[in-house]
Amino acid sequence: MADTDVELHVEFRGVSKSYDGQTLVVRDLDLDVRKGELFTLLGPSGSGKTTSLMMLAGFEAPTAGDILIDGSSVRETPPRKRGIGVVFQNYALFPHMTVGRNLSFPLEIRGVSEERQAEKVRRALEVVRLEGLQNRRPDELSGGQQQRVAIARALVSEPRLVLMDEPLGALDRRLREEMQLEIRRIQHDLGVTVVYVTHDQQEAMAMSSRVAVFHRGRIQQVADPETLYEEPEREFVARFIGDNNILRGQVTAVSGGTCVAETPGGPVKAVPVRPFRPGEPTALAIRPERVVLSSRRGLANEFEARIEEVLFIGDHLRMRLDLCGNRNFIVKIPNTVGHGAVLKGDRVRLGWAQMDCRALPDERAAV
Amino acid sequence: MARPLRSARLRAAALTLPLAAFVVVTFVAPLALMLVRSVHEPQVADALPRTLAALERWDGGSLPGEPAFRALGTELRELDGRRGLGAVATRVNRIESGMRSRMLATGRALGPGSPESWRDAVLAADPVWGEARAWLALQRAGERFTLRHYLRALDLDRDSSGAVVRISPDQRIYVPLLLRTLLVSLAITAICLVLGYPVAYLIANAPPSRSNLLLLLVLVPFWTSLLVRTTSWIVLLQNQGVVNDILVAVGLVAEDGRLALVYNMFGTLVAMTQILLPFMILPLYAVMNSISPEHMRAASSLGATFRQGFVRVYWPQTMPGVAAGSLLVFILAIGYYITPALVGGRTGQLISNMIAYHMQESLNWGLAAALGVILLACVAVLYAVFDRLVGIERMRLAS
Ligand SMILES: Nc1ncnc2c1ncn2[C@@H]1O[C@H](COP(=O)(O)OP(=O)(O)OP(=O)(O)O)[C@@H](O)[C@H]1O
Ligand SMILES: [Mg+2]
Repeated sequence: MADTDVELHVEFRGVSKSYDGQTLVVRDLDLDVRKGELFTLLGPSGSGKTTSLMMLAGFEAPTAGDILIDGSSVRETPPRKRGIGVVFQNYALFPHMTVGRNLSFPLEIRGVSEERQAEKVRRALEVVRLEGLQNRRPDELSGGQQQRVAIARALVSEPRLVLMDEPLGALDRRLREEMQLEIRRIQHDLGVTVVYVTHDQQEAMAMSSRVAVFHRGRIQQVADPETLYEEPEREFVARFIGDNNILRGQVTAVSGGTCVAETPGGPVKAVPVRPFRPGEPTALAIRPERVVLSSRRGLANEFEARIEEVLFIGDHLRMRLDLCGNRNFIVKIPNTVGHGAVLKGDRVRLGWAQMDCRALPDERAAV
Repeated sequence: MARPLRSARLRAAALTLPLAAFVVVTFVAPLALMLVRSVHEPQVADALPRTLAALERWDGGSLPGEPAFRALGTELRELDGRRGLGAVATRVNRIESGMRSRMLATGRALGPGSPESWRDAVLAADPVWGEARAWLALQRAGERFTLRHYLRALDLDRDSSGAVVRISPDQRIYVPLLLRTLLVSLAITAICLVLGYPVAYLIANAPPSRSNLLLLLVLVPFWTSLLVRTTSWIVLLQNQGVVNDILVAVGLVAEDGRLALVYNMFGTLVAMTQILLPFMILPLYAVMNSISPEHMRAASSLGATFRQGFVRVYWPQTMPGVAAGSLLVFILAIGYYITPALVGGRTGQLISNMIAYHMQESLNWGLAAALGVILLACVAVLYAVFDRLVGIERMRLAS
């Protein structure tokens, strides 16, 4: 509401959805998608991402609430009139048509002249870098090429809004990363708004201008990738985005922007994400790469622990310790000169700064 | 390393032997036998060897000479004595009607001993032997290998000069019957497609619990015997049957104007459509089930109405199922026998009923075999045409 200068493209207003009339798979969803951004719905399997996307595309009707596109409700607008390009999870390319025919399908339907069709198809193939594959059938293409055709088809009639449901789910890692950049580039070049669905948090981080984290049909947090990573506001987000060590404890003291929580391993100083009352349970989140192994003093939180396990990952070492009631406390140290000093069974001193430790509401009870 | 592999292969092959033997005994051998029987008829040749030898140099127009009469007389007499004359005479009769009784009479009339002139004796026994057509009939019935069953099956005949001609229109039976069979099978296939397509669509797009139930309902007819299903159609459709009763009760039909719904082509069409419908629905369902619902969604997100999406995206993808179901129903219909026999009456008979008639009643197995081969050829040709048009390898019976 505060940003009146950014133009909203899509708005979800209190949208809920139930398939069976009992369980809500999407609950009271409020979302603003801005014009020209790549907005990602991120969440584990079954959290309601596809359902939300399908409601936006018009294939499912909301049980409650309303969806607005360009400021007006689309409740009564059938999918074919919403002017939205959709890239489906399994591409949904028409197997009995060539690539060219797949692409010209929406143009033929709209009565575009033959020459204009050819021109637009050619341009769309250029955008996804598939020039010259017009006459192939989808099953004669690799997975990555099929993916590009699906994107080209969604773009060919020049929609302003494109939805993509886990478009890279079936590709191997290398191709995924390449396609992530590709989609980013296309989105940027054409200036379209993209609503993107994925359950892969790295993908979401790499591509999105903003991410909405879903859990059990509810939005946990909406923010840009960096904020999501650095300033998670919910325990679920802290655990889902990247790695985080969670220490459970009780808030004992609050003062200004800091607090102290009592854990089984002793008091820990942290930054609370919202005002806590003393005695409230809390989940403290510490990023593994922010933990420092050191004998030098000066860190707000310092402990001593035995190294239970050391894993050599390549660019970093991953140590597992038993600390403050978390038997799976992970510490990552970069693979730089002198890393060989740590061995399994060693007792080490370690610590982290207060600002690297966020006190979040404990969600165990809510789960 | 190769040896255990080979013995494993051998063992696997050995496991298929019982089936292979079964197929050979029950399918390949009868089929081969049928092919042979349709062109090979040695009975007359075996029974009248001397007569046929004597006729070899006969000009076909004038009366044959004394040796031919002698051979005929002695052989007919011997056959009569062995009670083998009836079977031979029946076969000659198929070529020239009336010959059966004449041959039997001749055989009986010839007394023992050797008459002075066989010619006079035979002519006295029956004057028909004074006509060339009687001898011609013997000669043609005596061909061991013959195409005459095929000619008969195609409503053709040879005239006196041996040229192939069509028989007079009022005697043509088999070609019209074959055409009718093809037409009826085509109609049944079309009706099954029209009725079955929406049902298969419904089942394929229903939620799993409901689609299982619907599929069960499609299969329920298979739980009862074909005979029961066919006879229940008689109960439903006969003159005093349920359908007519209802029509009369409702007032759509007058009491004395009850409709003839069975024992005619209508009965055959209705009963066969019902019986063959599952063979259309199941392949259609299998194919539709493998079409992702995303395709129709994709079509509508690309601007297509349901109609456009259906015609351009869904229907073409169901073609393999349409092809499989149609071919299956058509092939089953073209050879169907029991149902038309029971509910078809006089006008609803198909070619297989004629084959059965020649197998069981007229005992003209050669003709029955020829009709069977022609039917087989029709199916094979249609299959080939179909393969050209649709492509069998694209056809799917299951996903
Ligand atoms: N057509 C449907 N009928 C009934 N329930 C459904 C239907 N589609 C989805 N659901 C249920 O709704 C919930 C949310 O499903 P949804 O497909 O939106 O999840 P998702 O976040 O896209 O998950 P994934 O990452 O696995 O694709 C799930 O529990 C699912 O079982
Ligand atoms: Mg999904």
